[in-house]
Amino acid sequence: MPPRLATILLVVAAGAVAAARADAQPSDLAEQAIKQSWAAASKEWQARLVQDETQKLCSLYRNKPPKQIADAILARERATIRYPADGKLMGDWRRGETLAQSGYGGRFTDYPARAENGGNCYACHQLAPTELSFGTLGPTLLNYGKSRKFAPEEVKTVYERIYNPQALTACANMPRMGTNGFLTIGQIRDLVAYVMSPESPVNTPVAKEQEGKDSK
Amino acid sequence: MPWFGKRALIAAAVVSALPLLAAAQDTERELERYRQMLTADPWSNPGLLDVDRGAALWKEKRGPKNVSLERCDLGRGPGKVKGAFAVLPRYFRDAKRVMDVETRLVWCMEKLQGFSRAEILKRPYSKANQPGTDLEALATYVAHQSKGFKFQPSLRYRKEKEALAIGEALFFRRQGPMDFSCATCHVEPGKRIRLQELPVLVKPEVARREIGGWPAYRVSQGTVMTMQHRITDCYWQMRLPQIDYGSDATIALTMYLANQAKGGEITAPQIER
Repeated sequence: MPPRLATILLVVAAGAVAAARADAQPSDLAEQAIKQSWAAASKEWQARLVQDETQKLCSLYRNKPPKQIADAILARERATIRYPADGKLMGDWRRGETLAQSGYGGRFTDYPARAENGGNCYACHQLAPTELSFGTLGPTLLNYGKSRKFAPEEVKTVYERIYNPQALTACANMPRMGTNGFLTIGQIRDLVAYVMSPESPVNTPVAKEQEGKDSK
Repeated sequence: MPWFGKRALIAAAVVSALPLLAAAQDTERELERYRQMLTADPWSNPGLLDVDRGAALWKEKRGPKNVSLERCDLGRGPGKVKGAFAVLPRYFRDAKRVMDVETRLVWCMEKLQGFSRAEILKRPYSKANQPGTDLEALATYVAHQSKGFKFQPSLRYRKEKEALAIGEALFFRRQGPMDFSCATCHVEPGKRIRLQELPVLVKPEVARREIGGWPAYRVSQGTVMTMQHRITDCYWQMRLPQIDYGSDATIALTMYLANQAKGGEITAPQIER
């Protein structure tokens, strides 16, 4: 190859590389936009905009990660789950019901806190048959415990799903309530009881409850 | 208890649960009836009060410089309001950035009328049952001046294409203590939060119907709500910090939504729940 042609090719190639570099990625531009757009927020609040590895990957793959990535997410998220020291995964279903109804907490108007954070389960799930104001972003949980025969391994799965759904489904839509520190272990236990306890209205058909009252 | 007794009880329980469900359906039905009344008599839309007030504010000599906004360039040349909203957000050479209707209005109020930005943004949004703020009224007026026009967002400038790409990336970006993105609620069809139905904004046919109605008149709030306000509220619900008014992220998301709604007719101020 004549040296002049080689030089031209080199220059063209270098130009292509430079052009590719100048063509910033949308995600990089989005990060710049985020810095510019929450400039007035405090450092502590700005930290909420920083993504962890799982959030980054789920955003990149729009919640459909390839198998290898999904497996890595499952393993990483599972490692974050903490269990109650006494091993009891079910608490008080009545407290669980209150938490399932409450959407309070974490919004910038919620400080200083006037109540404990809620689980806001009804925003996305059907639970007790008497509550008709439920969302449908998540699956129905009506009769969830009963239909699984209240099995202990199912109780454990529900605990894990609330603590960190991404330990079971990579890039699940549901928030990682335990891992993200939004709910405490005690609160999660109460929610598990609401879903899994035989006494909970989630597992009690309305008519049966009526029947019980009548026979007394 | 005999089996038919049990069945009767189930029926009774279902019937006793009906009023709540019926109430929700009633709300939706009444809202639809209200929308139809407004179609039959467009002048009964309360959002038009803000349009009128916006029109008056546009012509009124105001601010330290005591001039009107009639020389404000919304992209189609100074003072040209008709159809301008259909091509927003767009890149403005004088400001060297992409702007939506509200950001551009703030720019004109600053540059032409001499208002300070801090003064204008002291109260950008009205609270429930308050009359719209000046900025809301002006934005509603400008949007309404494109009624019947179709969204044709400009993508001639690099900055406009970038804003669209940023908006799309932000729409799918998961973040914060709830791991939410806009996509969490606005991708799957037929979903609700509690009883509130969610528009699938990634579907052009849905976006066309929804986006052209903003700024919207919200019956539950008794006031108009702008797209800046709508986006701020979504991020509030996502447990993120308060986003800055007219910031790049709000404009990029508006750009993404306007492009999703491309070809859709502008109907602002639409009636919303």
